[in-house]
Amino acid sequence: METKFLKIANGCAVSRSEIPYLPFTDFCDTALNIVKDGGKVVHYFAYKDDSVIKLIAVLRTDELLIATTDAPDSYPSFTTECEQFHMFEREIAEQFGINPQGHPWLKMVRYHPNYTEKPDIFGNDYNQDIPGNYDYYRVDGDEVHEVAVGPVHAGVIEPGHFRFNCIGERVFHLEIQLGYQHRGIENLLLDVENKRLPIIIESIAGDTTVANSTCMAQAIEALTQTDTDKGSKIIRTIALELERIANHTGDLGALSGDVAFLPPANYFGRMRGDFLNMTLLICGNRLGKGVVRPGGVRFSIDNDIRQELISRISVLEPQMQHVIDLLFETPSVRARFEGCGNVSTYDAEKLGLVGPAGRASGIQHDIRRDFPTEHYPDIDISGYAEPTCDVYARARVRADEIMHSINIIKSLLANEIETQTIDFGNYNLAPSSFVVTLNEAWRGELSHCVLTDDNGKIIKYKVKDPSFHNWNGLSMSLRDTGISDFPLNNKSFNLSYCGFDL
Amino acid sequence: MLKTLKNRFEQGYKTTSYPKTKIELVERYRGLPDINIDVEDDIAKICAAACPQDAIDEHKKTIDMGRCVFCGSCERLSEEKFVKFTRNFETSTSRREHLITEGSLPALAEHSKKHFKKLFGRSLQLRQISAAGCNACEADLNVLATPFFDLARFGINFVASPRHADGIVVTGPVSRNMKTAVLETFEAVPDPKVVIAVGSCAISGGPFRGSPEITEGLESLIQVDLFIPGCPPHPLTNLHALLNFFKS
Repeated sequence: METKFLKIANGCAVSRSEIPYLPFTDFCDTALNIVKDGGKVVHYFAYKDDSVIKLIAVLRTDELLIATTDAPDSYPSFTTECEQFHMFEREIAEQFGINPQGHPWLKMVRYHPNYTEKPDIFGNDYNQDIPGNYDYYRVDGDEVHEVAVGPVHAGVIEPGHFRFNCIGERVFHLEIQLGYQHRGIENLLLDVENKRLPIIIESIAGDTTVANSTCMAQAIEALTQTDTDKGSKIIRTIALELERIANHTGDLGALSGDVAFLPPANYFGRMRGDFLNMTLLICGNRLGKGVVRPGGVRFSIDNDIRQELISRISVLEPQMQHVIDLLFETPSVRARFEGCGNVSTYDAEKLGLVGPAGRASGIQHDIRRDFPTEHYPDIDISGYAEPTCDVYARARVRADEIMHSINIIKSLLANEIETQTIDFGNYNLAPSSFVVTLNEAWRGELSHCVLTDDNGKIIKYKVKDPSFHNWNGLSMSLRDTGISDFPLNNKSFNLSYCGFDL
Repeated sequence: MLKTLKNRFEQGYKTTSYPKTKIELVERYRGLPDINIDVEDDIAKICAAACPQDAIDEHKKTIDMGRCVFCGSCERLSEEKFVKFTRNFETSTSRREHLITEGSLPALAEHSKKHFKKLFGRSLQLRQISAAGCNACEADLNVLATPFFDLARFGINFVASPRHADGIVVTGPVSRNMKTAVLETFEAVPDPKVVIAVGSCAISGGPFRGSPEITEGLESLIQVDLFIPGCPPHPLTNLHALLNFFKS
């Protein structure tokens, strides 16, 4: 398709002067047309270039497309035509005070003052430090009632506020207000010394440490024209897959716990730990903090560790398969999973769901296959998706991915892995450049964007967690569902609060 | 049913015998730092400059474990001549200043307040507050409930309400947006109560230090009784801290 947007490649830097700088109407019309034709929004954000505020969009068809434009003070909301822009427009409004007129649900994302001198779009008083201090969507009626939950929840989990509009046990709508974990990461990244960058990135979302640090490393490598060796690509791939297995395993355990089937809940919980301990074996940290740095990896997988990993996996693989079988072949589990929390393929496409949540609703997209990085070009990732769109599908996708990831790791461990380990060194980034990196984190499409100015200083570091797309999927899944099925649906998505809140 | 039993048999008995028997963590694990205070000044200076957390005092030759994220940069740079991270995971302290270490820590059990042991030694119910970290500390607290650690066998549980709790366990750097929730949850716990800060963020702001959106250290809001350092602390570090501080 001919387009005014520029085709770019995942993880390849381009000069900012190459990015089409369009009049706003062209930018708007082209972006909307691409998305209406089935394209997806990877990024849409505002940034300050000197004193001018600009908008940039990275869209995804079977390739990545980019363009930029000057940001107007207000403009007719894209969301009214393409729902996918919903959260992105709210974020732009919050960060830069740009008003998307007619946005169907314009409210704050993370609850902080904007980065400009403009008045706050939402009329918030930030001296009151409660994001939940907001006029929630209301449903009126004699028997309609609201259930408010959080920010502090009953379990050892992250904070967020959930507001259910119910009639009896039935949920009309679930409104989710996040922002409690907002740490100001994107702004912090603009001012810190290079040495702090990997540490902050690793702490965006601890359960996605490896994927976030891989996105960051690829971006820095592209902006410094650094190559990584084959061994480090393999080790990053192994670490990414271990992260995927550990988290999916934990989720299956949580799902069995929520349907009160305790044996697999405990077995999955224990096996999750065994996979985290494999990451510990490689790098000394259970969540993979310290593995990936720009230029490669800090830890080798020598033969002793390789053999140890192989032997641990050979014990765990059959156990994993047996517990998965136990879970899915138990009628009481199936009765709770099946038909619960549907998000139709139509809705999932409209919302732009990614990762296992998208694949459970029939969307095949997987960065490992569509825009592969690291060692993934050499790995066969077949297109797959579940048709049933329910909790069962979201559990099934995870189970299948666990077994698939185990096979990937086994094949990568079959041969010796030679790599030159690196340590973090200082660097200078290419001036006036742009790079976008995408990786398939365990929750789905994770992406970082870095823009530099004429001196190679970072002027915008944009992080997009897959949860940024998927939280609305959870809201949709709850419609017309019993409120008692909320925990089950919530675990079936298991989205990131801190990755979203940044 | 048969399948359930077969799985039960295959899974076996997994619970650790710690603390009765010692556990050796893997070689690459980075626990309590062993510091050579006689190292040349130049090496200490290079390490201090490279430390992403600015946790090293090059003159006093100390590491602030409340800031440290145990990345191991100083160990690599000094080729273990200045710092070597040992496999000792028993790193918690009852005072913030004890975390600024030359390589040794006071025995935690001897520094815990006696009345805590008397009150909570047989039953300790904790309310966890996740306050804007990265969810890593939460993850490694959560695993204490899995069969390997099985925290409940010691009479320690994480409970659903502050009203049921003897204290709070805070993770994360307490964002501006969580401050009210942290303080209100703390208020809701009946006296006498304990406060535990878990992880580099809750102790010092961690990787997010310098951000105007966070509080650098829970201690600036409420008095903390127990500090558990790490990024995140290993589950055994958490377990050791809870057992030594509260059990006799």
